[in-house]
Amino acid sequence: MNTSPRNIPWGALGPWLALLVTCLFFTTQSERFLSAENLSLVLQQVMVVGVIAIGQTLVILTAGIDLSCGMVMALGGVIMTKFAVHYGLNPYVAIACGLAVTTAFGLLNGLLVTRAKLPPFIVTLGTLNIAFAITQIYSKAQIIPNLPLELTALGNTFNLGQAEVSLGTVTMLVLYVVAWFVLRDTAPGRHLYAVGNAPEAARLTGISVDRVLITVYAMAGLFYGIAALLSVARTGVGDPNAGQTENLDAITAVVLGGTSLFGGRGIILGTLVGAVIVGVFRNGLTLMGVASVYQTLITGILVILAVAADQMSRKGAR
Amino acid sequence: MKKVTTTLMLSALALATSTAFAAGEPVIGLITKTETNAFFVKMKEGAEAEAKKLGAKLLTASGKIDGDTAAQITALENMAAAGAKTILITASGDAIIPTVKKLQAKGVQVIALDSPFDGADALFATDNYKAGVLIGQYAKAVMGGKPAKIATLDLFPGHPVGAQRHNGFMKGFGLNAADAKSNELSTDASIVCMADSFGDQAKGQTAMENCLQKNPDINVVYTINEPAAAGAYNALKKAGKEKGVTILSVDGGCQGIRDTASGIITATSQQYPLKMAALGVAAGVSYAKGGKKSSGYTDTGVTLISAKAIKGVDSKDTKTGLDLCWGEK
Repeated sequence: MNTSPRNIPWGALGPWLALLVTCLFFTTQSERFLSAENLSLVLQQVMVVGVIAIGQTLVILTAGIDLSCGMVMALGGVIMTKFAVHYGLNPYVAIACGLAVTTAFGLLNGLLVTRAKLPPFIVTLGTLNIAFAITQIYSKAQIIPNLPLELTALGNTFNLGQAEVSLGTVTMLVLYVVAWFVLRDTAPGRHLYAVGNAPEAARLTGISVDRVLITVYAMAGLFYGIAALLSVARTGVGDPNAGQTENLDAITAVVLGGTSLFGGRGIILGTLVGAVIVGVFRNGLTLMGVASVYQTLITGILVILAVAADQMSRKGAR
Repeated sequence: MKKVTTTLMLSALALATSTAFAAGEPVIGLITKTETNAFFVKMKEGAEAEAKKLGAKLLTASGKIDGDTAAQITALENMAAAGAKTILITASGDAIIPTVKKLQAKGVQVIALDSPFDGADALFATDNYKAGVLIGQYAKAVMGGKPAKIATLDLFPGHPVGAQRHNGFMKGFGLNAADAKSNELSTDASIVCMADSFGDQAKGQTAMENCLQKNPDINVVYTINEPAAAGAYNALKKAGKEKGVTILSVDGGCQGIRDTASGIITATSQQYPLKMAALGVAAGVSYAKGGKKSSGYTDTGVTLISAKAIKGVDSKDTKTGLDLCWGEK
C-alpha cells in the first residue's frame, strides 16, 4: 500500500470533482451563483468551520477524532470577549488568553489519549461536555456584546475586483497553505502520517508516538481558538451557543475532503474543499429557494459516498 | 452521541434528586427546548420562584439544541418516574406526542408552554400568530404603500411557532396567508427570499447574506427572533444596506429591546416567559392538591415595542419594553 502524502492517489480528485459538479449545477440554476461577490461570501461563511477542520484533520490523520472542537471553540470565544469586555483587559491579551485556554483543552485531550490510554472518541466526548458546561456557567448563558474593534478586526473586508474578501478568509487560506506545507515537506508532518499509518512501526523507527499525538491535539486546540476569534469577528458578539453543530460540520468537511477516518491518509487541502462544498450547498439552495433540510439530506448522502470511496480505495490498495 | 450525553446527564440528575423529595410535596417537571436560550433561562427562573412560593419541588431538563426531541422524550419518562404528576414542556417537535399520551394515561398532566402541540392538557403561551400580525401591521405602516421586497428568516421547517409568526406577519402586512392552525409557511410574490435561521445569530447572518445575493433590493426583513434579527442586521451593514431596511422580530428579550432602542430592530413583539412558567407551576400545584386538570389555551399576552411610534399602530416605547423584558437587564 502506497501511503506517501507526496503520491496523490486518484481518489484525491474526488472532492474537487464533487465541488466542480456542484458549482456547475448551481450555475445553471441561479445566475447570481457564479459571481465573484457570491463566491467570496461562501468563503466567508465557511471560514469558521474551515479552520476548526484543520485541527480536526490533524487529529483524524492520527486515526483519532475530536468531538470537542466546537465546544472548545465556544469556550475560547467567550473567554476572549468576556476578558476584554467585562474585565477591560487589553484585547490582544484577551485573545491570547482565549488561545491559551483552547490549546490547554487540546493538550488535556492529548494527555488523556496518550497517558491514560483512553480512546479519543470517549476522551473528547467527555471534554465536549466539560467545555460546553464551563462555557454556559461562565457566561451565564448570555451573549457578550459591545466588543472592542480589535476582536472583530478579522471580520473586516477588502475588495479584490468584484469579490469582497474578509481578513478571516485570508487567515483561513494562509493557515491551510502553512498546514499543507508542514504536512507535506517537513519531518514533523511525515511523522504525523507515520503515526497515523502504523504507530508501532513509527515507534520502532524512533518516533516518539506519544509526543506526536500530544502535539497534534494541542495544535488542534490552538486552531479551535483561532476559529473562535473568526467566529467572534463574524457575529460581532461572544456567543456561548456557538459551535453546537460545528463539531460534526468539521468532521463532515474532513470526510468529504477525502481524509481517511482510519488515519494516515489524506490531503489537508481536501478538507478545505469539503468545507466549501457544504457552504456551496447552503448558499446555492438558498439562492434557489429550497429549504435547508435538503442541504442536510445531500450532505448526508455525500458523507456516505466519501467514506465508501475511501473503503473501496483501501480494498483496491491491498 | 447526543443521546448518550443526555442520558448521562439525566441519570446524574436522577441520582442527585432521588433523595431530595420530601413526602407529600407536589413534584412538577419543566422541560425546555434548550437550557442556553435566555428565554428558557428566564422561564426556568419564573418556575423556580413560583414553585418555592407554593411549596412544590421543581425538576428541570432540556434538549441540547432546539429540535432535540430525543432528549425531551427521555426527560418526560424520567420525570414521570421521579414522581412528577405535572410536566410543563416547551416542545421541540411533535415527536414527543406518543410519549405524552402514554404518560397522560398514567394520570400525568402535561401542559404545553410557549409551543403548542396536539394532545397537551392545556397551553400557556403567547399568541404567536398575533405577535406576527402586530409586526406585520407596523411594517405595513412604515412602508406607507411603497412596494415591498420582503425576506423572511424563519425558524426551521414544520415548526408551528415559526409558521404562526411568519403567517401572522404576512396577514398583518395585508398579504394572503394561512391561518394560525397551519404549520406551513405561506408565500407571496413580494416575499423574495425565505431562509431558515434556526433562531441563531450566526445562521441568521448567513441566511441574510444569501438572501441579499438572491435579491439586493430587499427592504423589509421579518425575523423569527431577535438573535436572527441581529444577524440580519450584521449582513445588511456589511453590504452597506442597513439604512432604509425595516427589520421586524418577535421575543422582547432585554438584548432585543436594546437592539430596538438603538435602531438595529425596527419593531418587535414582546412575549412573557415568566408568566407562562408561573401559571404552569400554579396549575401543577392545583392539580396535585385538588385533582383538577387545566385545559384550553391561556394567552399570556404580547405587546408591540418600537423606538418610534407610528400613527395608526398601537405600540409601546422601548423603555416600557425594557421594564418588562426577560434576560439580563
